[in-house]
Amino acid sequence: MNHNLYFDITHMLAGSMLLVSFVLLYQDRMFSLLNVYTVHALVLAAAAAWQGFVQQAPHLYATAVIALVFKAIAIPLTLRWLIVKLAIHREIEKVVGSGISVIAGFFLTALSITVMMKASGGTDPMTREDLSFALAVVLIGLLMMAGRRNAISQVVGFMSMENGLILAAVGAKGMPLVVEISVAFSVLVALIVIGIFLFRIRERFDVVDIRGLEKSGGER
Amino acid sequence: MIKNLVFQCFDAFFLLAFSPLVIGIIRKTKARFLLKQGPSLLQPYYDLMKLFRKEVTLPDSASWLFKATPYVVFTFSWLAASLVPTFSTNLLFSKTADLIAIVALLGTARFFLSLAALDAGTSFGGLGSSRESLIASLAEPAMIMIIFTIALVAKSTDLSAISTFMISGQAGLRVSLWLALASLVLVAIAENGRIPVDNPATHLELTMIHEAMILEYSGKYLALLEVASQLKIVLYLSLVAAVFFPFGMSTMGSGISSFFIGLFTYIAKIGLGASMLGFFEILVAKMRLFKIPNFLGAAFMLALLATVLLFVSRSL
Repeated sequence: MNHNLYFDITHMLAGSMLLVSFVLLYQDRMFSLLNVYTVHALVLAAAAAWQGFVQQAPHLYATAVIALVFKAIAIPLTLRWLIVKLAIHREIEKVVGSGISVIAGFFLTALSITVMMKASGGTDPMTREDLSFALAVVLIGLLMMAGRRNAISQVVGFMSMENGLILAAVGAKGMPLVVEISVAFSVLVALIVIGIFLFRIRERFDVVDIRGLEKSGGER
Repeated sequence: MIKNLVFQCFDAFFLLAFSPLVIGIIRKTKARFLLKQGPSLLQPYYDLMKLFRKEVTLPDSASWLFKATPYVVFTFSWLAASLVPTFSTNLLFSKTADLIAIVALLGTARFFLSLAALDAGTSFGGLGSSRESLIASLAEPAMIMIIFTIALVAKSTDLSAISTFMISGQAGLRVSLWLALASLVLVAIAENGRIPVDNPATHLELTMIHEAMILEYSGKYLALLEVASQLKIVLYLSLVAAVFFPFGMSTMGSGISSFFIGLFTYIAKIGLGASMLGFFEILVAKMRLFKIPNFLGAAFMLALLATVLLFVSRSL
């Protein structure tokens, strides 16, 4: 029974991450997207802490704290600041509608479950479970980056993809803390780089503003 | 056997008498949260009594179907509602019909209502019935997925068996059940035409769905349809209570004290559910008609995800 409860909680946390990924895919407002991303990171922190407890691996608590501080607090606040600072349009333009992308997300989930169930046969059920869900989260993050035009939502897609990687890492036993920390910092660096890029894009947009095009009239 | 029959009849008539009160609770909650006094809790009863006394006017173009439909809809809704375990499991009818049969009964009732709305030949009826079909065609797949999830967990589609299984605590902490609950709530809101999907309080032609279908009805026919829709709300509330919060339910054959405990917890659960529904309704605005597929798509997504997660944890 005790082991069963452990498994159930692992299942619930990993499943919740997948669910929140779908919710991310479904959002069409910028701030609600950031709020959902915060939830995503919080669930990741909870999953990491739970794995730390189950595997009795204290360094996973460090992972949880990193997820909590960087991903659930620092990154959403930075992105929020960027949105306000750059006065980005609050509605997200999508390449495809949310219905189609959610259906595509389902196919990706089914694919990753099928692949992971075959690939990870013979290992611990909790690991298999985490791995299959983590792959699904990664693929959905990729789908989100492909399906959105807006830079901020692409950043969120990238970050949720990274969350999926961390989920896979905490599920599989024996990821060193050094790797963990370096991944976390590389994500932060990515955030900074993306932020600078955003400013650059913005500058460029100001130059090639749609009003400028109207004035020139274009060539026919 | 006789005792079981008595209990089943009590259950059916209790639901019939109780369901207008549930509507009263929802309206009162909404009014109170808007800092209004609101109508009395018994107002739905007065409305029904008034309608039963009123004369019936029929459209000239209506056929026999128009007159038969209120009886059909009322009977099917009442039957479906009394099939859901309320205060006690293993009542007489529970062996005859499972969850899928309940969905089928409600679907049949809806089919007749849509036909009757078309039968009167007015444009509003046709509009209402096409919108209702849109919602139904999206809500039913989600409902079927929810049933799959619950049936996979409890290994039965029989509601009494499901409740018994859930009481026994073997279900554990499953994320699939939470997803199924969320999905069921969304489906219930859509099926009953509550606020984000349909507003039961207005007759604004741009938005009405259920009201558009019953626009031509009057007198006792309208009263029957009103009772049917009230029974449907109680049905969904009891379904949520019976599957996800079955604590306090008595079993057929246990003593009279457990019967009263079951009855009181049932009334408390439904009352709480109705007030939560009312509270939720003042928080959200009615959505555009073309947003409804997204809303129900979310419900289907949750239910499908629940089934997938369950499948994963089973195949380990």
